[in-house]
Amino acid sequence: MGIEQALPAQGFLATTLQRFINFSRRSALWPMPFATACCGIELMATASSRYDLARFGMERMSFSPRQADLLIVAGRVGIKMMPVLQRIYQQMTEPRWVISMGACASTGGVFDTYATVQGVDQFIPVDVYVPGCPPRPEMLLEGIRAIRRHIDEEGLPPKGGTRVPLQIAIEPTHEVSPQPAVGLTVGAT
Amino acid sequence: MPTPPTLDHPTFAIVRAEFGDARLRGTEFRGQSTLIVEPGDLHRVMRFLRDDERCAYDFLSDVIGIDYLGYPAPTPGRFAVVYNLCSYPRDDRFFVKVFLDPSLPTDGVEEDPALYLDSVTDIWPGAEWPEREVFDMFGIRFRNHPDLRRILTWKDYPAHPLRKDYPLRGRGERERYRVVDRTDA
Repeated sequence: MGIEQALPAQGFLATTLQRFINFSRRSALWPMPFATACCGIELMATASSRYDLARFGMERMSFSPRQADLLIVAGRVGIKMMPVLQRIYQQMTEPRWVISMGACASTGGVFDTYATVQGVDQFIPVDVYVPGCPPRPEMLLEGIRAIRRHIDEEGLPPKGGTRVPLQIAIEPTHEVSPQPAVGLTVGAT
Repeated sequence: MPTPPTLDHPTFAIVRAEFGDARLRGTEFRGQSTLIVEPGDLHRVMRFLRDDERCAYDFLSDVIGIDYLGYPAPTPGRFAVVYNLCSYPRDDRFFVKVFLDPSLPTDGVEEDPALYLDSVTDIWPGAEWPEREVFDMFGIRFRNHPDLRRILTWKDYPAHPLRKDYPLRGRGERERYRVVDRTDA
């Protein structure tokens, strides 16, 4: 990306070019799947024809970190696996983004033991956390769309001079039926 | 009232007749019979169990370590190693168990001369990896093992994690590691 350095940092042309660069980057993310557990199955389902990851320019799973810019950590990671994950992250070309997919990659999940990393964000940078155990393909797609919105805003001044929320919180699309009243308070003992 | 073990597995009588000098004990639970031998007798008993045609336990399914620390009932030792034997010609299963008591504090990784057993890799070559796992998880070493390295944790792991006095969440092994940031390449 040599042309970025040639242009003035805050110039009109550079701002417009940045939008175009962001558009090209976010439209053709090449994911590197780091699938170590059942989240990897959902990741494969997301890439299959039913959910069709190719809609987002991601039909090519890149099994070489040198040719990838989106690392999807799907599944639990043992501390013995951490050097591998870090090396894969370091080998990826910049700019690069990381999705932490599922409860285990984000927090360790139920595996609160001596061997399991309690969230890969302790050791590598993470951009988007996808909740779920495992997340459904729709949820992973929402995480990928959050990364795309993130890339769209990259290197641009915030709209209206203030930071604008990315609107990535997911609201239910159905009416929640009234829940029965239970005489319990969570956390109270 | 638990039913007393019925020691009617035919292998008990055969081993008893062959090793009259050895200290042998037997137990049974829900049709699964276990022979308890002393550590010194383990290797010759195992070789007999494979070679004798009335036993013919030609397949070693698994080697398992157990730590009995805090066990509700009294046990003959702190640690146990269980050999899960299988006979394909006779379609039979049999367990051999050895109890060991440590002579050193069990919170470290130093070599304990009391926690030693004879390897059975010369009888069943498939015992190599299960014995490495027992060594890794419990610190029980095996004499004459061809390649006794840790198999699940890494070389410098500072504990044997399946010992009951090792905390479940470890002693910081999962937290102490270098952090890679966005500028690292």
